Formats: sequence, C-alpha cells, structure tokens
Amino acid sequence: MINLKGINKTYNNGQPLHVLKGIDLNIEQGEFVSIMGASGSGKSTLLNILGILDNYDTGEYRLNDVLIKNLSETRAAAYRNRMIGFIFQSFNLISFKTAVENVELPLFYQGVSRKKRHQLAMEYLDRLSLTQWANHYPNEMSGGQKQRVAIARALITNPQIILADEPTGALDSKTSVEVMELLKHLNEDEGMTIVVVTHESGVANETNKIVHIKDGLIGNIEINTDHKASPFGINGVMK
Amino acid sequence: MRDIITEIWSTAKRNKLRTTLTGFAVAWGIFMLIFLLGAGNGLINAQLQSSDRFLSNSMMVFGGQTSKPYNGLQEGRNISLQDRDMNTTRTGFQANIDEVGAEMQQSGVTVSLGQNYFNGTLTGVYPNHCKINKREILYGRFINDIDIKDKRKVVVLSQDNAKELKNDYQNLIGQYVNVGNFAFKVVGIYKKDQSEMNKDAFSSFTTMKTMYNKGDSVGNIEYSFHGLPTQAANDNFEKVYRGRINTNHLAAPNDESAVWLWNRYTQSMQMNQGIGIIRTALWIVGLFTLLSGIVGVSNIMLITVKERTREFGIRKAIGASPASILKLIIIESVIITTIFGYTGMVLGVAANEYMNATIGHMKVDTGLFQATMFLNPTVGLDVCFEATLVIIIAGTIAGLIPARKAAKIPPIEALRAE
Repeated sequence: MINLKGINKTYNNGQPLHVLKGIDLNIEQGEFVSIMGASGSGKSTLLNILGILDNYDTGEYRLNDVLIKNLSETRAAAYRNRMIGFIFQSFNLISFKTAVENVELPLFYQGVSRKKRHQLAMEYLDRLSLTQWANHYPNEMSGGQKQRVAIARALITNPQIILADEPTGALDSKTSVEVMELLKHLNEDEGMTIVVVTHESGVANETNKIVHIKDGLIGNIEINTDHKASPFGINGVMK
Repeated sequence: MRDIITEIWSTAKRNKLRTTLTGFAVAWGIFMLIFLLGAGNGLINAQLQSSDRFLSNSMMVFGGQTSKPYNGLQEGRNISLQDRDMNTTRTGFQANIDEVGAEMQQSGVTVSLGQNYFNGTLTGVYPNHCKINKREILYGRFINDIDIKDKRKVVVLSQDNAKELKNDYQNLIGQYVNVGNFAFKVVGIYKKDQSEMNKDAFSSFTTMKTMYNKGDSVGNIEYSFHGLPTQAANDNFEKVYRGRINTNHLAAPNDESAVWLWNRYTQSMQMNQGIGIIRTALWIVGLFTLLSGIVGVSNIMLITVKERTREFGIRKAIGASPASILKLIIIESVIITTIFGYTGMVLGVAANEYMNATIGHMKVDTGLFQATMFLNPTVGLDVCFEATLVIIIAGTIAGLIPARKAAKIPPIEALRAE
C-alpha cells in the first residue's frame, strides 16, 4: 500500500536542516499503524510526505503502486482528494460552513452533483451519529463532535488510506478514547488502512503496529497486537 | 456555479462592512465615470447644436481692408465684393464650388401692414441662402430662381416679425406689405431661431440690388462646396481662392485681410477635434477615479486572502486544485465589482436623467438671443455597455493578484497559518 524507500528531506531555511535521513517503511492494506516520536523527530514531516502535502528530496514513495514524486500541485490535489483522508489535531473544519457542508466539500472538488453529495454526506454523518448536528456550525459543536465531522469528511471520498495527525491532541481523555475507538472500529470492521502520528503512548498503544522515529530515522517497529499488555492499555486510559 | 455563488455569499455576509466599503469604492468610481461623461455630453451636445445652425461645407466671403501695399497701391484700402468676384467664384472653382449666392443687407427698413409695422433689415439673397443657413420655412416658400430672374418684389418674414404685422400671421402668405415705399408680396415665413435676433426679412438679391442702386457691389458672397476633406486641402483651396479675389481688387494675393473667409467646414472640423479631446479627457479622469476603486477592491481581496490562508490550506489538503482557488477569488472579485459597479452605473444614469430634467435645456438669455449651454446631458446605451465591460475587466484585474497569491501558497504552509 505504502512503500517508502530511502526518503530524505532537508529544509533550507537559512541553516539546512536534515529532517528525514533515509526512511524505509512499508505499510500494507488494512494495517493500523502509529508513528511515534518526540517533537522535532521528523514524524510530522513524514506524515506530510505521506499525505502529498510536502515534497521529499531523494528516495521513492509509492502509494498504491503510484510513484508520488515531483507532482504538479494540481495532480497532487487530485491524488489527495481521491486516495487520502486527513484527520487533523485542530480539526480544520471551515468555520463558516455547517457540518454537512464541510463533509460535502471533498466531493465538490470531485465534481459530484449537489444532491448526490448532500445525500452522501448525510449518510456519513449518520454513521458517526451526527445527523442532528448536520446544520450546525463548527463553533456550535464540542471537540469530539468536530473531530467526528472531520472523520466523516475524511471518509466520504472512500480513500485508500486515512492519515491522522495527533487526532486526539486537542481532545480530553474521554473523547480521545471515543475517537480512538472509532478509528479502531473503522480498521477492524471496514479494513481501512490508518496511519496515526502521535507522541502519546496511550494513543499509540491502541494501534497494531508502532513505528518509532528518532532524529529522522526509524528506530524500531513494534508489533502491538495485545493492547492490554502495556500499562496504557488498562481500562483504555490514554492520558 | 451555484456553489461558487453560495460560497461568495457566505464570505461576503461574514464581512458586511468590508464588503460594503469595497463596493462603495467601485460604485463611486463607475458613478463618477457615467456622471462625468453625461455632463460632458451635455456641453458637447450644446456646442454641436449651435454649430448645426449652418451647413458645415459652406463658406462666406466678406470684404475687408488691405494690410499691405501692392502694385503701387497703399495698404488700408477698403475692399467691397463686386459682381466680378461672384463670376470668379462661379466659374473659376467649378471642381469644388456648387452653388454661389450672395447676401446684401439694407438696414432700417420699415415694413408695415395697415397700422402695424416693424423696423428690420431687408436682406437680398439667393435661393441657396436657405440651405446654407438652415432656415426652416413654416409657411409658404423661400426665395426661388424665378424671383431672382424676374426681380420680383417678394419677401420672406421671420415668425416674430410676421406676428408684429398680424396675429394670425400664417394668413399673411400672398398678401402685400409695404417695404419702404414699395409693395412686396409675402411668400414665406421662417421659423425663429432663439440664438439670433431674427430681424432679417429676405427678398430676392436682384430686386434689392436694383431697388437700392447698389451698382457693382454684391455684399457678401456665400457658397457651398465639396471635395475638400482635409485641413490641408481646405487651406490650399482658401489660398488659391483668396489669391484670385485679391487679384480682382489689385491687392496682394497673400493679403489675408483684404477679404475674410469664414469656412464652416474647417471650423466644424476643429470643433470635432476639440470634442474628441474633451471626450478622451473625460474618459481618462473617469477611469482614474475608477482605478482608485479597483485598487480598493484589490487591497480588500489581498486582506481577505491573507485571512483565509488557512481555509485555502484546508481546501487544498482535501483536494482543491490551485486553479479552483484562483477561480474562487477572481469570481468573488468580479461579482462584488459587478454588483456594486452596476449599482453605481444605475445611480449615474439616474443622476444624468435628473440633470437632464432640471438643467438639461439650460439657456443663457441675453435679451437679444438665447444660447444653449447644456443640452441632453445623458450617456447612450453604448457607453453603459462599455462601462459594464470596464467593471468586469476591473473586477478581474482586482482579483488577479490576490488570487495568484492564494493559489501559490503551498498547502502545508497554508495549514500552519493562523
């Protein structure tokens, strides 16, 4: 699904900063993976590259056997639209649009008709039990509800992969558990491939594979099928 | 398209004051453009109307005074035009000159009918005088060729003067009135022209000449001409013509004050040129006013783009192409300018109509004659159409720079923006 081979990335803002120093990583379809690391370790850069939001210097990135390299902004936008669903720490909903309009937006850029995308958006909101919030604006909703709207928006294009950047970062512990349960459920019941970037061990513990990244290199990859084994797993406490 | 309109409506609604102020700048610009053009048209139309009193391709020739010694004769001799000048005019320039006429005036003539009388100027003319000076005949006819040939005692009165003689003045046609000591038959009545004194009573040139013993003298010569399209051609014609007339009077051929030429064609050509310059100047002033409006829109759109950077980042992350962002901004800018520009244009047209209704036919009354200062200060449909085009172009230009800026920000930077 995702094949990374020798990915290097250097930022050239004044002093060159070598952020990713040769990342090799394979993620198969249906995996639930977390990328963990301290701040400055390069995990967000890696996620941006996975999400085609940023370019890399050398190496090869294949997403679903498509080589993602030096794409024009238009091509990149089209790939993001069809293959990737994003979940952000700060939700990134458009404030002057209602929940249902926010969920519809990716379909608008696919050129789906108004009626059809409204219908589909309502369906997804229903799946996330947000039907009654459909016509509310983001500032009228709680953090958990907002993140569920964002998840609905990520799912509506039926993407091959979900990329979540600190999805629980702005949520309290109770809603964090709910959101992680939701992601887990998506992975188990619908076979969705999900990559979560986090610095919280409790969140990482919910995933099946933990990729530790340190100073721009992958440290170790931990298989984590028994969620109860770690102290974080007990009673689902994450924070 | 409907989605884009909804988008724009929702963003415009969020910033009512800003949208209104931007719109006002554009509306004001277009309003001023239309208003200026309308007012300019008022002045121009008044000018055109006053110049329209004469046939434009006509020339009048007056006798003058020599300004240089020539052939042993001193300067300062008075020149009066004579029969041989008319012959020269008639036969020497057949390539350009059509009909030749002359006018000879006798002032202080009393015209009476019973107890009623008036004092006026009796002017002997040829039939072409009516055409050259655009006299409008209300009743009867003007002087014709038979009047000239038979030296008939006929007279054409002005509306005002005819009224002095008889209240139901249209019945004067066919009646005899006393002109000095002679009985003249009234053959026509011409419409009064507010821009002059209307004291002329017209009669046949030959009749006048015989009656008042004018001898060889012909008064002023007038004729219409053709085939002189440019200023240079006119200058050249005048030079040759003047030379010939001057020679008739033993004046230096290049003496410019021996005879005076009033060329209505070059006059109207110069006026058209002047009008063109005024029009251009008005457009330039108007467009610069509009430009400040455009800069306003552009400025606001730049701020908007900066404020919405994060939103554009989100849109790009979920699949918006740079082109779609570009389109969104430009269409927003075009719609704002079009709506407010159209409003401004409608207000401008309304202001012009108001001006037309109030001072649209303003005249300066000197007591003797009236001069139109302002006439029909409105703009045509074509100008409104052009203005609409200008609004749309303005909107596109105003949106272009901010839109390019918005489209170019990489999504990851845009997402980081606050």
